Amino acid sequence: MDHQPPPFFKRGPAPLALLSFYVALSVALLVVDARLQTLEVLRQALSMFTHPVQHLAQLPAQFLENAGNYFVSVSRLQAENTQLKRARLDNVATLLRTQHLEVENQRLRNLLGVKERQQASGQLAQILYSARDPYSRRIVIDKGQQDKVVSGQPVIDDAGIVGQVTRVFPFVAEVTLITDKEQAVPVQIVRTGLRSVVFGLGNGQLELRFLPANADVKDGDVLVTSGLDGIFLPGFPVARVVHIERDTSYSFARIFCMPLAGVENFSEVMILDPRPAVVLPEQLVREAAGREARSQVRSGQAKKKRLRKD
Amino acid sequence: MQTSSYSSSRILLPVRPWFIGFSLLAALLLNFLPTTVWHGVPDWVALLIVFWSVREPRRVGMGLAFIFGVAMDVADASLLGQHALAYVLAAYGGSSLSRRILWFPLGLQALQVLPLLLLVQLVQFSVRLLAGADSPGISYFLGPIFGTLLWPLLTFFLLLPQHQPVDRDANRPL
Repeated sequence: MDHQPPPFFKRGPAPLALLSFYVALSVALLVVDARLQTLEVLRQALSMFTHPVQHLAQLPAQFLENAGNYFVSVSRLQAENTQLKRARLDNVATLLRTQHLEVENQRLRNLLGVKERQQASGQLAQILYSARDPYSRRIVIDKGQQDKVVSGQPVIDDAGIVGQVTRVFPFVAEVTLITDKEQAVPVQIVRTGLRSVVFGLGNGQLELRFLPANADVKDGDVLVTSGLDGIFLPGFPVARVVHIERDTSYSFARIFCMPLAGVENFSEVMILDPRPAVVLPEQLVREAAGREARSQVRSGQAKKKRLRKD
Repeated sequence: MQTSSYSSSRILLPVRPWFIGFSLLAALLLNFLPTTVWHGVPDWVALLIVFWSVREPRRVGMGLAFIFGVAMDVADASLLGQHALAYVLAAYGGSSLSRRILWFPLGLQALQVLPLLLLVQLVQFSVRLLAGADSPGISYFLGPIFGTLLWPLLTFFLLLPQHQPVDRDANRPL
């Protein structure tokens, strides 16, 4: 028996008890966050304290950048200006024709009775900073719930798809880049029309998975969004195939791609408006409901049969 | 000559609580700087939490470590609780080893702090692996090494306010 003398100083619970309490609390947080995704409200509330600090931390970098811009020489600006003007003139012919074609397309679709394609529209946002975590490819942009951003909206820049909004906070939103390991984009190869899904690798590259070793894919093929997911509008450039490994011992080819958009750069991006959910025609809805009911009935009958057999 | 800080004849003033809070907030600010592109930048909050839990185990404990960990998680877009778990373990290690660590000269102190800082990275590393991410490479563990190298400097600068004499002497400002 060991009798301990009463403590002279009040020191609260024993360290080991405190440790087990806090470890249990953190593990509980981890599990709930990873499995149930119900802590977004807590995250949003806490972000009200951390985002001002984060914003403050970005100020020196922004100041340096602004200072750098200030000292850009006039001649360089002039050169850039003339170059941009020339590029605009180059594009003007295509742009004018595109507008014309879009109107024509709409008319023809109306004639055919096909549902109109959605016009791409959205709002501009500035990239504030990238997440510090070396594991995740995420960026934070300066538009949030205040600007009616919802999670799931696609984000593009001038060259193609950048990523997708995954978390929305009151004043900022978090965008998962297409190079993130958990991000997948349904795509289509422009040259062949082959549909597939491109996955991020987490190291700045993307991979086309589950394509057979003899699939018609070449170096330099451009992938665009196929629009089958109902989230990304079809036709936006995503990536370019850079390297293909065809190993005969595997049934799938390993196809590596580089993103076309400046995914890892700091610049301005555009958040595209969410695509409206496609509504099934009345008849199809009824048919689907009928089939479901029938299949339920059928499974019920099968169960009865099985019971009888037993 | 005595090099050990614990047996040094110098008696330090008691630490001011606001200074601990200020230094931790400054570390949070340093962590939020866009320095992810460089490898080997130490996790400043982890370093400061280990420092204060070694120096002042009565004031900085697992509670503060937990709060700062959750703040880091929210800011980092990582799993909620990842940093919190790592910091709590580091704070516990720091406070339970504090009486031993402070007996050593600064260089050897740093060497004993290294495992604590490595633990912080290792806990986060394994949490992420369990959650399904893949490893970011060996450079992830460079941060603790640079943090360890910074320990003597950190000790010098963070203990400066405690070196001031109680009676203000106009001829001897510091």
